[in-house]
Formats: sequence, C-alpha cells, structure tokens
Amino acid sequence: MELEAVKLLAGAIALLPLIGVGIGLGLIFASYNEAVGRNPNAAELLDKKYFLAFALTEALAIFALLISLYLVFVG
Amino acid sequence: MANPIHQFEIYSLTDKHFVLGGLDLSYTNSSLWMTIAVVFSTMFLTMAMRRKALVPGRMQVFAESIYGFVANMIRENIGSKGRQYFPLIFTLFIVVLLGNMLGMLPYSFTYTSHIIVTAALAFLIFFIVVLIGLFKHGFHFFSLFLPPGVPWWLMPLIVPIEIMSFMIRPVTLSVRLFANMIAGHIMLKVFAGFSVGMMAAGGLITLGGLGPMLFNSVLIGFEFLIAFLQAYVFTILSCIYLKDTVELGH
Repeated sequence: MELEAVKLLAGAIALLPLIGVGIGLGLIFASYNEAVGRNPNAAELLDKKYFLAFALTEALAIFALLISLYLVFVG
Repeated sequence: MANPIHQFEIYSLTDKHFVLGGLDLSYTNSSLWMTIAVVFSTMFLTMAMRRKALVPGRMQVFAESIYGFVANMIRENIGSKGRQYFPLIFTLFIVVLLGNMLGMLPYSFTYTSHIIVTAALAFLIFFIVVLIGLFKHGFHFFSLFLPPGVPWWLMPLIVPIEIMSFMIRPVTLSVRLFANMIAGHIMLKVFAGFSVGMMAAGGLITLGGLGPMLFNSVLIGFEFLIAFLQAYVFTILSCIYLKDTVELGH
C-alpha cells in the first residue's frame, strides 16, 4: 500500500475509541435523565457531577481525535 | 483555502527577536493575549468591587457570583481546610476561563490551545500537591499510594498502579484542556472552510453554503459551553488532587 493510504487508514483506526465514548456518553445522559425524572429535586446536586462525567468522557474522544490528526498530518 | 491549523501559529510581535541564552523570549501573540487576560481580569474585579455596595450593582453581582462559584467548589470538594487554597484555585480558574473565552473572539489567539501553557499549569498543581503533602505529613505522605483496607498480598499490584495513576495526572489534566481547545477551534475553521468553498463555487451550490454556516453558529454556542466546562473541570480536578493530600489518612 502507498504511504498516504496507510496514514489515512491509521487515522481512521485511531478513531475507533469513539464507539466506546459514544456508548459511555449515552449511558451518562440516560442515567442523568432517569435520575432527574425520578427525583426532580436532585437535579441541582446531579448537574455538577453530570457535567464533570460528561467532560471526562468526552475528553477521551478528543484524545483519540488528536492521535488521529497526528497520524494523518504529522507522522 | 486557509489551513485550519494556521490559527495556532505563534509569532513574535516585534521584528527583532529577543534571544537570551538560546531561548527566544520575544513578545509573541500568545504573550499579548495573556497580558490582555491579566489586565482584563484585574480591571474587572477591582472596578466591580470598588464601591462594595450592600445592594450590589450589575458588575458587583457578577464578580460576587464568580467568587461564590469557586468558594462553593472548594467547600464541596476540599472542605473547610481548603479555604487557604482559595487564591490559588480562583486564579487558576480565571486564567483558564479567560484563555478559553478570549479565544472565542474573532482574530484572537487561544493561549490554552498550546500544550506548553496547560502543561505548565498542570505541573504547577502537581508540584504544589506533592510539596504540601511532604511538608504537612512528611514521610506519611507516601501512604497516599496505599489505599486503606487492601489485603497485604495485593500490595505489589496496587502500589505501582497507584503511583502510575498519580504520576499521569498532570499529563491528562493538561492534554484534556489543550486537546479540547485545539479540536474545537479546528472544527470551527473546517466548517467555515466548507462554507467559503461552497459560496465560491457559484450557481445553486452558493445557497448550499448557508448550511455549514448555520451549523457553525450552533457549534460556536457549543464551543462557549466547552470553554466554560473545561475551565470548570480543570479547577475541580485540581481541587480533587489537593484534597487527596490535605485530607490524607481520613
């Protein structure tokens, strides 16, 4: 295979963690909504934890994106 | 079409480079935006709190709510012992928040999008945590790597893992902020590039250029959320790391 093609493939493979991050974010949204639906008074308490969990999970996707960009444009 | 990475370029604002001992210490665009952040935050906070009214005005309410936000975060995460770290945490929050927010201005520069800046902040926190731990608890500080209630035969496995997860903290802390900023700004510029390319195509495709533009306006709102959220996450994680040493053995 040509070097360009391999680079693009490597970049695509490096984005595979997005599957897991997608599932994880879905679980976070789902459980947050379920918890608030069951007990609306807890929303204020849960908001901060929910945003923290969201940002920590989303960061993993961004790490993968960074590796992918590195493979395609720098490596 | 302009390169989406081009916006992160650092250049000297003066023609003559100021080199000291092999290091280029020129005044760059990054330094300029850091200066703007420092001047802006100092001016805003002193102006807002100058009158100290009992019934606060608009600016005073805003300044007090930022104070209350950070003080609340410290109280919830570190506890009453964390009050003495308030200046550190507050400064950290303002620096990161203004870095992210000023980066959303057109033609500006996001200084948090460079790993050297975020890594410097994260390693500052890391060394503060280690030094406070060593001064406060002495040799007892190393019990941080030994969670209580672990059976003795698991220790050879748990202790290296704990040490590694402690050492990796500044890396993840800095890379999270820097990667979020860089990815968000690249995404904005890529969609703007789609719009420009379609508008330049002529004919019916010109109208199609509105699509990416509308999507870009949604993305800008999302970027503001991320800018605030990442500043919040950076400070709250610093709080959590500080708590580990402040409340050692509780």
